[in-house]
Amino acid sequence: MEVDQPNEQSDASKWSGRWNHIKKVLERPSPFAHPDFEASSEILEFMQENCKLLVIGAGGLGCELLKDLTLNGFRHIHVIDMDIIDLSNLNRQFLFRQSDINKPKANVAAEFINKRVKGAQVVPHFCKIQDYDSAFYKQFHIVVCGLDSIIARRWINGMLISLLEYDDDGNLDQSSIIPLVDGGTEGFKGNARVILPGMTACIDCTLDLYPPQVTFPMCTVAHTPRQPEHCIEYVRMFGWEKEKPFGDIPIDGDNPEHITWICHAACKRADEYGIQGVTYRLTQGVIKRIIPAVASTNAVIAAACSTEIFKLATSCALPLNNYMVFNDVDGVYTYTFEAEKNDTCIACSQKPRNLTFAPKTLLRELIDHLCEDSTLQMKRPGITTTINGKNHTLYMKSIPSIEEATRPNLSKSLADLGLTDGQELIVADVTTPNAIVFRLKITESETKS
Amino acid sequence: MAEKEKKYDRQLRLWGDHGQRDLENASVCLINVTATGTETLKNLILPGIGSFTIVDGGRISGQDAGNNFFLDPEKIGEYKSKVAMELLQELNPDVKGEYVEEDVSQLLERTPQFFTGFSVVISGSLTLTVLKKLAALLWPHKVPLVVCLSYGFLGYIRIAVEEHAVIESHPDNAHEDLRLDDPIEDFVKFCDSIDLESLDKKDHSHTPYLIILFKYLQTWKNDHNGQVPNTWKEKKQFKAAILAGVRKNAEGVPEDEENYDEAAKHVNTAFVPNKIPPELKAILDDHKCLNITDSSSNFWILANGLRQFVQNEGCGFLPLRGSLPDMTSDSERYVKLQNIYQAKAAHDMQIVSNYVSQACSSLGCGNGRVSERDLKRFCRNAHFLRVLRTRSLEEEYKQPSKAVIDEFTSDSNSDALWYVLWRAVEMFYTTHGKYPGIEDEELEMDVSRMKSFVKDLMKSWGIPGAIEAVSDDSLQEICRCGAAEIHSVAAYMGGVAAQECIKLITGQYVPVSGAYIYNGLKSTSLTLAV
Repeated sequence: MEVDQPNEQSDASKWSGRWNHIKKVLERPSPFAHPDFEASSEILEFMQENCKLLVIGAGGLGCELLKDLTLNGFRHIHVIDMDIIDLSNLNRQFLFRQSDINKPKANVAAEFINKRVKGAQVVPHFCKIQDYDSAFYKQFHIVVCGLDSIIARRWINGMLISLLEYDDDGNLDQSSIIPLVDGGTEGFKGNARVILPGMTACIDCTLDLYPPQVTFPMCTVAHTPRQPEHCIEYVRMFGWEKEKPFGDIPIDGDNPEHITWICHAACKRADEYGIQGVTYRLTQGVIKRIIPAVASTNAVIAAACSTEIFKLATSCALPLNNYMVFNDVDGVYTYTFEAEKNDTCIACSQKPRNLTFAPKTLLRELIDHLCEDSTLQMKRPGITTTINGKNHTLYMKSIPSIEEATRPNLSKSLADLGLTDGQELIVADVTTPNAIVFRLKITESETKS
Repeated sequence: MAEKEKKYDRQLRLWGDHGQRDLENASVCLINVTATGTETLKNLILPGIGSFTIVDGGRISGQDAGNNFFLDPEKIGEYKSKVAMELLQELNPDVKGEYVEEDVSQLLERTPQFFTGFSVVISGSLTLTVLKKLAALLWPHKVPLVVCLSYGFLGYIRIAVEEHAVIESHPDNAHEDLRLDDPIEDFVKFCDSIDLESLDKKDHSHTPYLIILFKYLQTWKNDHNGQVPNTWKEKKQFKAAILAGVRKNAEGVPEDEENYDEAAKHVNTAFVPNKIPPELKAILDDHKCLNITDSSSNFWILANGLRQFVQNEGCGFLPLRGSLPDMTSDSERYVKLQNIYQAKAAHDMQIVSNYVSQACSSLGCGNGRVSERDLKRFCRNAHFLRVLRTRSLEEEYKQPSKAVIDEFTSDSNSDALWYVLWRAVEMFYTTHGKYPGIEDEELEMDVSRMKSFVKDLMKSWGIPGAIEAVSDDSLQEICRCGAAEIHSVAAYMGGVAAQECIKLITGQYVPVSGAYIYNGLKSTSLTLAV
């Protein structure tokens, strides 16, 4: 076989025919390309020299994404993951081996790709996405998420929206848009979507697409268990605290001794009630809230995301508009649709959301609303406001000393707190990198907004 | 817990230890190393398939190493099969890899029996002659063939299997088998032993909704000539009657009784009669179910037992599934209900078991053939059994299916278009010995050549007018991509194909019945009974 001999230095990343496949679609016109597409060899050059991608997550989707993107011609990729490798990852996270267990996922993945795909320059970040600020995120052309956490998705979504720039007339500067491609899987189901922040539906626009987390009612767990899961939850919530089987330490779902102890205790409780089905596997599943995962679904969803990134970066075909769901339980089913932008989205609508309450509403109730409303779904909101020109923290959970100092406010009414109609509430939460402004509407009528 | 159980934990939660065992006992063969092919293998090796064999007589070119994660560019010029096998095997030490440095057509000629020992044979694009020969060899041996390829932004999978039976189809939203229309005797007794009026507040609000529904249903039937509420209006009345039963406090304000809410909520679904679904009816009436022999598979022997149950003791009903959804209840009454349902399910299963034993002994094939566990799984899943039969490649290439013609001619936006174009590409290759659009200079000429192949195909299908549905744009696109295998498209197809193989191997979940077409230009896809 002939191999190109580079003129000056020998470059292992160049060999004859390497990019033949993608050159066909980059160097020839197509009726299905974006109107701006101009077939040329410069596109591949742009992909290799200038285009910078960020992959968030180096797990099931992340490993696949790094392979797909580098073999599709991208070179400059950063990858962030805060996790280390576990034995149970190896059935799908194909860049990791037995000997990599307990090493950082991002580092091992980057090293593997850089070694296997010549010329690839994957830069690992073994940390949380929240450890970086806008200066870091600004450098990328496209960001892709392969995460299992909704909070992290919302955070990066909020970050990319905060990078948008508008002119004085409120027109969006197109060059400030960093597309977000997002993938998610659960068992044999998955979804891939393309978000153009400020232009198309964002993560927060479609929060209602995420199913609420399954929780067991407290009274069922405590008094009327019927399912093996109820017995396991009981031991988790009460038995562990009471008996402290391994001293005063929290449950570690990866410690087999912990799971075994919980499993035995749950079996005992199940026996008392005549309930069947407590097993080690189920116990671990409930304690760790394990989501089943297979190699194939991860491969499909990561590949769908990678194809979209390829299209976005090259314009050689139109990107997905804007959401695809996949399910291969019964045959293979996909459904592609346009998720709609929400005009009152707290993340991307640029309009302060109104919160309408009666004056006698307690602050606690307002906070419950922020957590429970399907379009808000906050986790631990902290609220500040300005009264008579002075900043006041109404409640903040994240810092213990402030939490203690502001806790009495929870049982006070909005009126007693001195909040008036039109008041602006600044709400900070883990679901967003920047605080969100709400406008309080105080009315006598009972209806909440 | 064993290391292996930990490693495979996330998938064992889906297909269970028995599915994993089936996977570990399976061997697959990949014919020809393409990115789509090695990606498929990757997704079979990671979950722990028993063994894989790669057949390819070709050597690695620069282009091959460019889009394939499992071909090392430093080994350009070496055999693809060997290099790919080595890099793939590295993924999982539990899996055995082998390779054959020989062209598939030679191997087919020399030792055709080589191919018939595999659980599944996976192939990339082959010349039509070789593909048809391979398919014809595998078909009578009942070895499933999975053809899988990526072509530009398009992908194509074709499964050819004479028959594939699924016991565990794992339906997403199965309705519960509660039998309120034909209640279990012990359930009726249990309900009769409870007097809602005399219960204290706690017990009243913890009476399982199933019992509430049943009691109100009895009253309703007494007032309505034995009929259950059927129309929307009747159901509304029935719901109102249930909700009127909610206890009230001293001030006359209704208490918060979740069990009554649940009862009202289930009015719409609880009285759907437990009819045998048409798909299952067809299985029970299948000639293979009616005429079992000593060479029948366990599936058909079990189906025969099931049929006898339905006809006799079942009085038209299936064996009870035996599972109960969770509902507001005290532990004691819920567990009691659960025991009643489980006991009836075990009773029904015993009857099926007797029929199966009788059948086995009269066929002289021994009683131990069907395990207790298989029987249980079969009865529990009776409602969801599936049998898949695809057409053979021989039939497909002789005559298009009605499904193809209907889909293609009725919807001009259908991705069935790409199936038509793929067939024309095969014709192009057969004539010209290369794919359309491979060479820049012949791009325009290839577009018009392709058009005439599509015309010929439409004519042979008896729908010459349908050529109108094939736009010039689509012809342009199929030539533009010049048979390029874009890695991310290959990775998508490799994911889908691997899961189809796992379905075929484990007999769990339902494979595509024929062909699957992926359109990466629009991120849409279509399954088509070709």
